[in-house]
Amino acid sequence: MSEVKLQENLFTVTTSPHIRAEASISKIMWSVSLALTPAALFAIYHFGTPALFVILAGSLSAVGFEYLVQKLRKKPITISDGSAFLTGLLLSMCLPPSIPPYMAVIGSFLAIVVAKHAMGGLGYNIFNPAHIGRAALMVSWPVAMTTWTNLSGKVDIVSSATPLNILKQQGYSKLIDTFGSAPQMYKDMFLGFRNGSIGETSTILLLIGGIYLIYKGYANWVVPAFMIGTVGILTWICGPTGLFTGDPLFHMMAGGLIIGAFFMATDMVTIPITKKGQIVFAIGAGVITVLIRLKGGYPEGVCYSILLMNAVTPLIDRFMKPVKFGARG
Amino acid sequence: MIKSFRGGIHPNGSKNYTASKSIEIATLPSKVVIPVSQHIGAPCVPIVAKGDCVKKGQVIATSPAFVSSPVHASISGTVKDIALYPHPVFGKCLSIVIENDGLDEWIEGIPLTRDWEKLNAQEIKGIIKEAGIVGMGGATFPTFVKLSPPKDKKIDTFILNAAECEPFLTADHRMMLEHSDKIAIGVKLVMKVLGVEKAFVGIEDNKPDAVIAMQKAFEGTTVKVMAIPTKYPQGAEKMLIKVLADREVPSGSLPMDVGVVVQNVGTVVAICDAVVNGIPLIERVTTISGSAIKEPKNLLLRIGTSFEDAIENCGGFNEPPAKIIMGGPMMGFAQSNLNISIIKGVSGILALTKKDINNGTQSPCIRCGKCVSVCPCGLNPSMLSILGEKDMYEEAKLEQNLFDCAECGSCVYVCPAKRNIVQYIKYSKMRNNADAAKKKEALAK
Repeated sequence: MSEVKLQENLFTVTTSPHIRAEASISKIMWSVSLALTPAALFAIYHFGTPALFVILAGSLSAVGFEYLVQKLRKKPITISDGSAFLTGLLLSMCLPPSIPPYMAVIGSFLAIVVAKHAMGGLGYNIFNPAHIGRAALMVSWPVAMTTWTNLSGKVDIVSSATPLNILKQQGYSKLIDTFGSAPQMYKDMFLGFRNGSIGETSTILLLIGGIYLIYKGYANWVVPAFMIGTVGILTWICGPTGLFTGDPLFHMMAGGLIIGAFFMATDMVTIPITKKGQIVFAIGAGVITVLIRLKGGYPEGVCYSILLMNAVTPLIDRFMKPVKFGARG
Repeated sequence: MIKSFRGGIHPNGSKNYTASKSIEIATLPSKVVIPVSQHIGAPCVPIVAKGDCVKKGQVIATSPAFVSSPVHASISGTVKDIALYPHPVFGKCLSIVIENDGLDEWIEGIPLTRDWEKLNAQEIKGIIKEAGIVGMGGATFPTFVKLSPPKDKKIDTFILNAAECEPFLTADHRMMLEHSDKIAIGVKLVMKVLGVEKAFVGIEDNKPDAVIAMQKAFEGTTVKVMAIPTKYPQGAEKMLIKVLADREVPSGSLPMDVGVVVQNVGTVVAICDAVVNGIPLIERVTTISGSAIKEPKNLLLRIGTSFEDAIENCGGFNEPPAKIIMGGPMMGFAQSNLNISIIKGVSGILALTKKDINNGTQSPCIRCGKCVSVCPCGLNPSMLSILGEKDMYEEAKLEQNLFDCAECGSCVYVCPAKRNIVQYIKYSKMRNNADAAKKKEALAK
């Protein structure tokens, strides 16, 4: 039999499929940063230049560390994909505005070098890098991490403590007193005129950013809805004076829950991959948050709850596999 | 409201290139190269020799095997060569080269006119077999085999697959508009063979004119024409059965296990031609499209025509293509050159530019879960790609349902990390199959 009459290879030959959508990692990462921008700008307005310095120190040093590590690891430099910038931005938004900027730099080092690259780089880290950075700073400089800006004169509330601090140490009625009245408290917390970490105060601006991400398909609604919902329901049930006497609205807006639920617990790399798994993750994070807030030593527990659920994510993925087509018969 | 299947994607349809263009008869090629294997099953053996004169419609290769399909001469002329030639799917295949004598003469006895309504199921099936009809959507499974389910499989529903969910392709769409009468007869014939009363025509709602044409063609019959929400991979048999008949084909089973047989539009048109006029499968409608083609068209092409001749009929290229694809862009086969024959399963020839392809550099999975949410088979493509990358193909098979993947490519399409997921899956399947073959060999010894 004669040889195959082949012509030379003129065109690229690969297996199917031959077309792809335009989605890319850098588009996702920069969109998340964009979604955080309103809250970040508000923070600079609200807390002044110290907040700006912390944000700049945290985000820019994160990019720098990413560059250095990738250089040392002899890996392609991917700082332009925006993931390091986003980690630095998220970290600084979870820090008190009054901390020295060098601490933000150390936090970024821990986030990028230890939490991300020591685990293998983008896609391989088990824990949310920004939250690892924050947790490490919390352990290293507990005083600096819990000293809040004195907002006296700037807002009509007199306080150098966060609402959750006041609740933990002085109780619910004192909390209302600080704001003047309950409606005033809800309003201030919704708009962002309260004390707290740089990026966590304005509920409305974070919601706008979060909804933008969900609309663009870069985050799903499942995790924030179930996490915030779980916190709301549990804090309502476990009220200070008996069952169903809690203030769910306050707890849902307080502390880092909104930013955590929309921007940290939706970090694709560190949460379960299936919808069902994500629901388990979100409920778990909500339960742990409430436990820490109501029963633990810290006033706030969003950071630790997400880190703890990050740890069980591989396990959740193992048990919550998608059901294959045809398995139901 | 029709309940759609789980997952799926919405790629740019790109059907505007050819959707409004009538089917055009291509100029006859100076020669055809007809592979003896254009179907799934045993290859045929040539029954003509070099130098023989053949007529259009003459059988030139057959096989005694059950799962096989005869091959006919698509033009009249002289057999010039019988040798290995490039094949769009198998790489190379024994092929019969016929030089055109320009007469385009039918072999005696064709065409004829049969009183098709008087034929019984067995006779119809025989004609379909002799006419060399195979699944023309691209799978090329011999049609008469599909129409001969084992006795214990009770078939109660026939589905005409008119989804045409692959981007670019419009051949079925045009046939529904231009040959609705033939489709109506073909469906009736298939229903008679299967002995079923219930039938659906599933058309994606991006082809409203085809829905109207089909509704008109099937007016007053038991055949239900359904406009279904456009979503890839609607045209996958199992998805279509789920949407139209609300039955889920169990993993590892065939449509006939849930009492359904599915045929493609092109196939029933060929059945009509064969049964009513005795014309075997020697030509087919193929969409020639893509942004590198000068004048994209729907062409009626003789089997064995080269891709080059087909593209020549469309004015050639207007810019150098990066990829030539047989079939659709999601599941088609890339070709290395144009010296390839049109076979029975070629629903389209696409010439895509770099811009169409939108490839990127693969990076590690960021676990965004997009692939999981679009997978119509209910798998975890992310994990399958990672296991494939790490050569852990056995684990992929045992723990991640590797062999349930239909390779539709939805996961690759949406992946922001540009991971070659289906490619890893195909690789893992091959490694598993190779291992299984080795084990079998060792046992035989």
